[in-house]
Amino acid sequence: MVQKLEVLVESASQTAGPYVHIGLMPTYAGNAGAYAQEVGVSPIAEGAQGEIIEIVGSVFDGTGWALRDAMIESWQADAAGRYPGMDGADPAVSGLCRFAADAVTGEFTLRTVKPGATSARGGGTQAPHISLWIVARGINVGLQTRVYFEDEDNSTDPLLARIEQRPRVDTLIAKKTAPGKYRFDIRLQGAGETVFLDI
Amino acid sequence: MTDLGPLIPRNREAHPPALDPDYKTSVARSPNLPLLSMESSLSEETGPTFGHGLIGALDNNLILNWTKGAAPAVGERILMHGRVLDERGKPVPNTLVEIWQANAGGRYRHKKDTYFAPLDPNFGGCGRTLTDADGHYQFLTIRPGAYPWPNRGNDWRPMHIHVSVFGHSFGQRLITQMYFEGDPLIPRCPIANTIKDRARLDQLVAPLDMASSRPLDFLAYKFDIVLRGRRQTMFENKLEGM
Repeated sequence: MVQKLEVLVESASQTAGPYVHIGLMPTYAGNAGAYAQEVGVSPIAEGAQGEIIEIVGSVFDGTGWALRDAMIESWQADAAGRYPGMDGADPAVSGLCRFAADAVTGEFTLRTVKPGATSARGGGTQAPHISLWIVARGINVGLQTRVYFEDEDNSTDPLLARIEQRPRVDTLIAKKTAPGKYRFDIRLQGAGETVFLDI
Repeated sequence: MTDLGPLIPRNREAHPPALDPDYKTSVARSPNLPLLSMESSLSEETGPTFGHGLIGALDNNLILNWTKGAAPAVGERILMHGRVLDERGKPVPNTLVEIWQANAGGRYRHKKDTYFAPLDPNFGGCGRTLTDADGHYQFLTIRPGAYPWPNRGNDWRPMHIHVSVFGHSFGQRLITQMYFEGDPLIPRCPIANTIKDRARLDQLVAPLDMASSRPLDFLAYKFDIVLRGRRQTMFENKLEGM
């Protein structure tokens, strides 16, 4: 018998289910006051440096129906491209936001600062982007994706460069609808399916 | 040697497939196209941190936290405890563990749950805590009830507690469920059975832990959680700013 490897296997994911908000967004679930302070209410505090932006969108299933029960987490760098915890990072940017599809319309809104470009391993630059993690009933493993911006230079981003079918790059790019306003829809399946990541 | 290299690629065989027709909601919510696999970057290797100031004194006590200590919840009192480890077996300290669950009758306190088991006025159903230096966490709660759900003609969820863990990097993010040893509904549940490898499902089943139970007070169930690990740095390119 060969030597034993001292490694464990990651715990299997299970769906967050329809009631994920009870645990992660109690106020949204109708349980305001469950915690004195909820996690990820805003990714920025008063005084955050940079351009304040609003990203609006929906998460659509394979039939074109907007999910009413999706919960999304976003994680991002500050306006200078520094992630929270890094030297010189903006103390007013916590970087994490939790937001949910509206229970009636299915639309979500993320209000944050526009992140700066960040460094890539071994040199190079990642274009400004926000990482998303989407969970809901029927999603067995949380889906990772990214929001890039149509008014930024995305030409040398290492992730976007890896997408073989070039029209699919558009699924990761938020469209500017007004100054400081963007639209970013997520399609779980079928025509225009969003590029989901395994990183 | 520190583990600050890229994240170990996710072992997708340990996880459920996106599409499992027996879990009907997954059919229209599962991507058809392959995921784009890449080595992790700063975006996945960094992650939020949480201070002890966030956590209230009763946040990990679901028996008392909904009433702020005024009256205990109904149900079988249990201690849920364990460790958060990474794939290398190292403890993950100071990380946020959040749980949510149904009450003893199988009813969630959520505006969209209409099951006719009654709400318990003394039970909210969520808790959170930070792991200690050795990765340990614990919750005092009640054992949740099983409940029926609309899927196939007569599907029931086994008793379970939802668990959300951050780890130290956004790429480690995980939501899973803890099941209870001996529950006959586990092998009948289409959600539990989205996990195709029995060993991986068993890893989510908490054994009764009499050594950690408290006589005349509560039973205990042990639930360890394993998150993705990171490669070691000796031959890795240095990532600027890390």
